Amino acid sequence: MARNKEALVLLIDVGPTMHKYIPEAEKVCSMLAVKKLIYKKYDSVGVVLFGTEDTKNELTKEVGGYEHVVVLRDIRVVDGDLVESLQQLPRGTFSGDFLDAIIVGMDMLIKKYDKTEKGKKRLCLITDALCPIKEPYEGTKEDQIITIAEQMTAYGIRMESIVVRGRHRGEGNKKIVDENDHLLDIFSKKTRAKFVYVENPISLLGALRTRNIVPVTIFRGDLEISSKLKIKVWVYKKTSEEKFPSLKKYSDKAPSTDKFATHEVKVDYEYKSIEDPRKVVPPEQRIKGYRYGPQVVPISSAEWDAVKFKPEKGVKLLGFTNADNILRHYYMRDVNIFIAEPGNPKASLAVSALARVMKEMNKVAILRCVWRQAQGNVTVGVLTPNVSDRDNICDSFYFNVLPYAEDVREFQFPSFSNLPASVQPNQLQQEAADNFVSMFDLAPSGQEEALLPNSTPNPVLERFYRLVELKSKHPDAAVPPLDETLKKITEPDPELVSKRKSVIDAFCNCFEVKENKKLKKSNRQLLREKPSGSDQGEDYAHIPDKSDTNAIEHASAVKIEKIGDLTPIQDFEAMISRGDSPEWVDKAIKEMKTKILELLKDTSSEKIYPKALEYLVALRKACILEQEPKEFNDFLHHLCEFSQERNLTRFCEFLASKELTLISKTEAVDSEVSDDEARTFLIKPEPKMECT
Amino acid sequence: MDLDPDDIFRDDEDDLDNDFHLEKEATKEFLVILVDASPKMFNTTSPSEDNKDETHFHIAVSCISQSLKTQIINRSYDEVAICFFNTREKKNLQDLNGVFVFNVADRDYLDRPTARLIKEFDLIEDSFMREIGSQYGIVSGSRENSLYNALWVAQALLRKGSTKTAYKRMLLFTNEDDPFGSIEGAAKADMRKTTMQRAEDARDLGISIELLPLSRPDEEFNVSHFYADLMGLKGDDLAQFIPSAGQKVEDMKFQLRKRMFTKRVVRKINFSIANGLSIELGSYALIRPAVPGATTWLDSVTNHPLKTERTLICTDTGALLSASTKHFQPYKNENIKFSVEELSEIKRISTGNLRLLGFKPLSCLKDYHNLKPSTFLYPSDEEVSGSRCIFIALHRSMLRLKRFAVAFYGISSCPRLVALVAQDEIIRDGGQVEPPGMNMIYLPYSDDIRDIDEVLPDSDAATPHATDEQIRKAAALVKRIDLKEFSVCQFANPALQRHYAVLQALALEEDEMPDIKDETLPDEEGMSRPGVVSALEDFKLSVYGDHYDEECEGKASGTSRKRKTPAENAVKECASYNWGDLADNGQLKDLTVTELKYYLAAHNLPVAGKKEALISRILTHMGK
Repeated sequence: MARNKEALVLLIDVGPTMHKYIPEAEKVCSMLAVKKLIYKKYDSVGVVLFGTEDTKNELTKEVGGYEHVVVLRDIRVVDGDLVESLQQLPRGTFSGDFLDAIIVGMDMLIKKYDKTEKGKKRLCLITDALCPIKEPYEGTKEDQIITIAEQMTAYGIRMESIVVRGRHRGEGNKKIVDENDHLLDIFSKKTRAKFVYVENPISLLGALRTRNIVPVTIFRGDLEISSKLKIKVWVYKKTSEEKFPSLKKYSDKAPSTDKFATHEVKVDYEYKSIEDPRKVVPPEQRIKGYRYGPQVVPISSAEWDAVKFKPEKGVKLLGFTNADNILRHYYMRDVNIFIAEPGNPKASLAVSALARVMKEMNKVAILRCVWRQAQGNVTVGVLTPNVSDRDNICDSFYFNVLPYAEDVREFQFPSFSNLPASVQPNQLQQEAADNFVSMFDLAPSGQEEALLPNSTPNPVLERFYRLVELKSKHPDAAVPPLDETLKKITEPDPELVSKRKSVIDAFCNCFEVKENKKLKKSNRQLLREKPSGSDQGEDYAHIPDKSDTNAIEHASAVKIEKIGDLTPIQDFEAMISRGDSPEWVDKAIKEMKTKILELLKDTSSEKIYPKALEYLVALRKACILEQEPKEFNDFLHHLCEFSQERNLTRFCEFLASKELTLISKTEAVDSEVSDDEARTFLIKPEPKMECT
Repeated sequence: MDLDPDDIFRDDEDDLDNDFHLEKEATKEFLVILVDASPKMFNTTSPSEDNKDETHFHIAVSCISQSLKTQIINRSYDEVAICFFNTREKKNLQDLNGVFVFNVADRDYLDRPTARLIKEFDLIEDSFMREIGSQYGIVSGSRENSLYNALWVAQALLRKGSTKTAYKRMLLFTNEDDPFGSIEGAAKADMRKTTMQRAEDARDLGISIELLPLSRPDEEFNVSHFYADLMGLKGDDLAQFIPSAGQKVEDMKFQLRKRMFTKRVVRKINFSIANGLSIELGSYALIRPAVPGATTWLDSVTNHPLKTERTLICTDTGALLSASTKHFQPYKNENIKFSVEELSEIKRISTGNLRLLGFKPLSCLKDYHNLKPSTFLYPSDEEVSGSRCIFIALHRSMLRLKRFAVAFYGISSCPRLVALVAQDEIIRDGGQVEPPGMNMIYLPYSDDIRDIDEVLPDSDAATPHATDEQIRKAAALVKRIDLKEFSVCQFANPALQRHYAVLQALALEEDEMPDIKDETLPDEEGMSRPGVVSALEDFKLSVYGDHYDEECEGKASGTSRKRKTPAENAVKECASYNWGDLADNGQLKDLTVTELKYYLAAHNLPVAGKKEALISRILTHMGK
């Protein structure tokens, strides 16, 4: 097997007490298979079920015993059948013996690989461990487990056990449960075994690592406490975002008869002179231009290499400081882990001593890191201790990158205590908030912490890979709605909400919120918050360019006498706000109306609709401000007739879709139009229009 | 065309991530900086860290110079004008007395900052008295009003562009809280009135006027004398106006710089709490890695920018494709096709709001629960009134109970679980160091976390934990090397500083390359103090015994021996070929890639690339 390949045997408990978890077990196991098919096509997987009615394994033939253990699939390279069989696991009728299953799984691995492929053989046990295991023929259960664990170490087999148990601890016989937990714990002490409890379906989905990434060090070398004391360490990534897979572009040009078509698309870039678009500039004639203000400075990569910053590789300590000096939100990136060089006991001791004392004294270390020799930048970060409470896991450090002075934007925000008394919560409200914060609890003591990052899967990836499998069978399948289990990640847990209903209700009833729909913002605020084209996915359905019309109050003082073609809206606003004579208002409104009609007369292309809408919105706003609702309402009527005559019905629909309405009584007292009328005017065109 | 090829080659999806780091700014800013140059600005001094007194004028000028350098990098499309008032000389379009607009060649008064502007402004203090001069412009018996003139000049400069596309500001540096103090009677009232009117006109045009008062610790700048009215501050706003009266010049500079930036909301977030109750928050990117600006491709012959054209070619038929709307994932020997709509539907798993899921104690937030920089949240009553009150109540409870909120942030580009950690306001030396609000920390999913420590390759041996003795020695060491004053982000990024210093030098066609100090290097001097050295030796002895040196030496040679082997091997292997002959006879292509690499490795050349590249590298190296 190549370095990155592994052989895995899944040991799945399908006994009666497991039935309610089987749907999630099916999902997580088939997800594992799907990901292996995509990323690890040459891995081998075997499946063993226990708690089944039948018995089917080699050991029972060879030595007898091992009842109710079925080898669903021998160890072989992953394929589509594996996914399918894992999606439909049978429900068993007997209480399974997890130790039997472990031995059957081990036997399969040993028969196939013997002592080769150390560290690449893995067993994965999913069980509720509610049923007792059989008494051994000789010795105690513990002795037996220890012998097996030693065998595992000898053959280089790793084991992962996931124990699923409901939130209610009452499940199962306490004595048996405790015994089983104790026995499983022996594995994790005696050999390379991971052991996790899972209480709810989401964490079952997250508990099994469905995609195994072989860890790669980003640095091996000295942690220099000073030039005199250097500790050998290895640095790995502890977190790294698993990105949505980048799919290839698909081309359907190849004839359907072509069986060997790749359907791939090649993306080609050509660099052309702006002055003469026919001229293609070859790559060697290109040079990179760096922007400095309005200037663009051409620098070739060779020149740049000669002058750029070239730090020496190395990880150096700058000093220790109080942990409180580093606020949590300054962590900038994904996290690294520093461990002592494996096989170097002195280095582990040094790391362990520092980690333990840092934890005790609540200190952190500040480091300066250059991971690779040719790296063009330096990383400054904070080292925090990670003290292990298990004997066979060494102490280590986490490393987080800290920002540089340039990375921080220093804004001031008003102190809460300086805000007006009306927004300060009173005592009653504060008490309700206290209750809410402490009772709406995701980590109650004695229970599993809900939504623990380590066992919460990425719902988007789950959804994608499930759809890949679905589409392989039904290519036209639509995207199914989000799975109920995954919904518990994106929405509050209904069970918790109903349990804490009184506290939540009390909190909500204490406060009052009101939406300010018709809010007049000052120009400045509007410009500030003009979202940088980034408000997609938000619920604010605004009429476009509302800000234009709000700017009315601040229009230019330059005396505008006519609406020009360049900046008609500003001109219009300027005229409206001219204080020197009320005539300007009438003139402006009249000119704007002409402008809009001209625009629609000129062309029937739909491209001009947004522009016309902009003008209309400006006109509407001005008419409200100037208390001239009739001017606008009459004009809108006229405009509708006008569009009907000219076959511009799409324009009316467009306006309706943008929620442009008549000016109603509530907006301007002088209006004769009720709210309902205003709203429905464009949506239901008057009958007479339909006749035409 | 601002296309960086590195950017284009990335997948479309990455762009959203990119947005996250580089906030795009739809509007630009026009800024007129008004600096009081009256004699008082030169007389009043504040003590700085090294007990040297610095004038207020110097403080103002150095803040401006720093912010110009930041601006040319981060927001070079913003335009700026620098304008002194209370000057002896005058230079402005209106030809008004006592106002001097500073400028350099090839630049309008209000224009984008250039390398030359920055360079010459850095030197202004040397030539100021000679060329511009300081003279208080408001004296009794004269109708002159330099403050009025300054506002007029600034307003005229800001007539450029519309308020729709640009945010217009005046920033006023002064240490005089009562500019008409020396005038008496009706003249005073009159001057005050006309100046107020001028300011009001400017505000009506959508120009905001902001004041950066400079004051000494012993005499506070009284905003209510005059400037509160000038800026149109009333009630709450006035209460929130914090005069920056730092104890030290450094503090004052720090606070002024803070205020010279406008804060921009990244986006408005609807935070739904429970039972349909939701409040409005603004999210601010306070910490984002600063990156060198985008590059453009130029024609090296003409130095003109190039246009990038992207063409999609079908690999099977060679046909040009207009656009590609489908993507595929190879799976089980098939291509699973996805339309763009389907892909975005997969990612849409929530409504885009921030949704509260519950609370946890702060101890549940581990150091490794991090992926990217946090986002700051501050409540707003603009569209949903009552938001601030609820936010403050939750904020207080979370601080007091030491708990954080877990929420789901459902934006379609990267929906994630987030931790909302309440941050109390921290004020130091009269300035805000940490604003009050909540920091949104993006949590990893199980897919993003790796169990390194648990699944290490070989760990047959039990891993040792330190003894109490060793821990005690380590404690002594930690106490010795303590950075008491350490504050996050006290270092400038040496790579970035170098990048811009080089650019600036090249832009100004300077021959000398600037030298940038790397502040991130450890303090060798401090480390060699006897106390530190003895603590180090003690610790070393307790962990490594007497054999530290041998062990490390041995280790080092051990690993480097391993590393060296391939190179040595290559030299040996390389010697068995007659490279010259092979090259001359064109037989290099008959060798295997491994064989070619012997030559490259033996001569310390890069071994990456395709076979043709390797051959051409060998030929180049041989000079053929």
